[in-house]
Amino acid sequence: MEKEKKAVLAGQHFMSGNDACAEGAIAAGCRFFAGYPITPASELAERMARRLPQVGGVYIQMEDEIASIAAVLGASYAGVKSMTATSGPGFSLMMENIGLASMTETPCVIVDIMRGGPSTGQPTKPGQQDVMQAKWGSHGDYEIIALAPSSVQEMFDFTIEAFNLSETYRVPTFVLGDAIIAHMLERVTILSADGIQIVNRKKPTNPPSEYAPFKPDDDLVPPMACFGEGYRFYATGLTHDERGYPQTDSALFQQKLVQRLCDKIRKNAEEIVKVEEILLEDAEVVVVAYGIVFRSALSAVRIARSQGIKAGLLRLVTLWPFPDKQVSNVAQKVKRLLVPEMNYGQLVREVERVAKRTPVVFLPKLGEEPHKPMEIVEALRRV
Amino acid sequence: MEKSLQLEHPYDEFLRKDRIPHIWCEGCGNGIILNCFVKALQELNIDLNKVVVISGIGCIGRLSGYTNTDSYHTTHGRPIAFATGVKLANPELKVVVISGDGDLFAIGGNHFIHAARRNVDIQVICANNFVYGMTGGQVGPTTPLEALTTTTPYGNIEQPFNLVHLSTAAGAVYVARWTTLHVRRLTESIKKALQKEGFSFVEVVSPCPEIYGRYNKMGTALEMMNWFKEASEVRHFSDPAKAEISSEKIVVGEFVDIEKPSYGRLLQEMIAKFQEDKEKKT
Repeated sequence: MEKEKKAVLAGQHFMSGNDACAEGAIAAGCRFFAGYPITPASELAERMARRLPQVGGVYIQMEDEIASIAAVLGASYAGVKSMTATSGPGFSLMMENIGLASMTETPCVIVDIMRGGPSTGQPTKPGQQDVMQAKWGSHGDYEIIALAPSSVQEMFDFTIEAFNLSETYRVPTFVLGDAIIAHMLERVTILSADGIQIVNRKKPTNPPSEYAPFKPDDDLVPPMACFGEGYRFYATGLTHDERGYPQTDSALFQQKLVQRLCDKIRKNAEEIVKVEEILLEDAEVVVVAYGIVFRSALSAVRIARSQGIKAGLLRLVTLWPFPDKQVSNVAQKVKRLLVPEMNYGQLVREVERVAKRTPVVFLPKLGEEPHKPMEIVEALRRV
Repeated sequence: MEKSLQLEHPYDEFLRKDRIPHIWCEGCGNGIILNCFVKALQELNIDLNKVVVISGIGCIGRLSGYTNTDSYHTTHGRPIAFATGVKLANPELKVVVISGDGDLFAIGGNHFIHAARRNVDIQVICANNFVYGMTGGQVGPTTPLEALTTTTPYGNIEQPFNLVHLSTAAGAVYVARWTTLHVRRLTESIKKALQKEGFSFVEVVSPCPEIYGRYNKMGTALEMMNWFKEASEVRHFSDPAKAEISSEKIVVGEFVDIEKPSYGRLLQEMIAKFQEDKEKKT
């Protein structure tokens, strides 16, 4: 009981996004963190190093990000909710085992505090340059879930949500923050433990002799036994059957497994995807924005409205699976879509894909700060 | 007659029978290593529900699929990092990594030295066959100088790692080397490693007659085992720095057996201290 109190710091706080993310993870039940120092995500690891031992959890600083994500997978299979946090270069190193996490359906949360790239880029500056890497970074076909917080409060809330989704679907889940949200301080309200909804992976109900570790239920998600529970199962990154045994020759197994790994997310997209619709009813031009840019876009749309422009805002909370239906619905009703992003053209491709005939205007921003509201207002005026 | 065919093998309990026969070539040493490992588990009477066998990629990477324990087949080079997460998340588990020289010391070399440095409480068994077998016989981190492989067609010009020296320097609390000829002593070393707190390492020099042996005209598996017999020299606690493997000499035996608190123990002590402090306050 005392332990629970410490895990959830109920009350009002003034804290950074990195700290809020760490607290969200602990509130969600995360008790294992493996990471490697990297700007602008280091404070998250530091908070975890301080906090996890207080709640009986494990913090370990690994030798690199490859090892960090591998240890996270191991801890998850040992039955403990686990996470890591990084930024672009480290995120790239993690891609190999993010594929393994997809293949072995390992619940885990990966926080990527996005900075400017490619390569070392601008370590202390924000960016939204990893949104495609999050979806496509590992090889092969797979689906993941990615959430994009826009505030410090959301760094807390979305991290809990990320754990819940990851546990529900047995899929690596990303929180895509950025250097601004990670470092800025805002008020955070943390509810008591009773007010926080926590989801845990479903466990097998059949005896070990009948357990097939990759045999899905109707929701396409298999119940998960963990090491040491007496199930004595085998998991591999090789294509496998429902028993977990390698099946590397027959196309049948490749099709069956890969389709299910993708479909468990695609077919449940309705449950997973969240967007916010703002001033859309009579809107003629709609801004599609996410993350830190959403805040500028919100101001911009209000200013534009005050100037008589029929502007609206579709805020993407879930980036992956991409909100196809929601974006498409809006696109069909409006004259134009405007996509401001802190990159040189990434998620705008997805918007274009689903917008079909509705023209999509892209507004890139690279470097130090997100778009100023007036930059978006001007773009709205032009389109 | 039919009845006698249904007799159980003494190791049936330890193996996934429906996964046998294994994929390894005739004359490969991996079967001997699996056998010795299983015998060690049996003799120590370890609860199989609490054993996790983790392997990487390569011929011996398939071993984790054959043991009737919880087991996981990671990406190439990552079994030790994965095992670190498993052991720290659930200290009750006996976590064993069994993999090859390429997996553990080339692509996974960094994970090996850091797990040894931290003294994570895991047991690592390395099948050292001097070559990348599964990919068809390329040069590896333990391939001897001048040896022929598919990627050193004019002879190897890379210096090989001396694994017992490397693991000793990195901080392992138990280090031993045997060949697949030394089945009894290998089994004893695996047993010792399994009972040791901290990072223990057992190197098993293992024949790959099908690829490495054939390329280097070393003859059949039997002839390779004969080489082990003639070249092996049992010298316990000799200087690991001087234990380089050559065609004339393979120094085998125990090299290190020391006590040092494991990372997991120090971690649990730190966490426990927190709980005590809290109890004092309340």
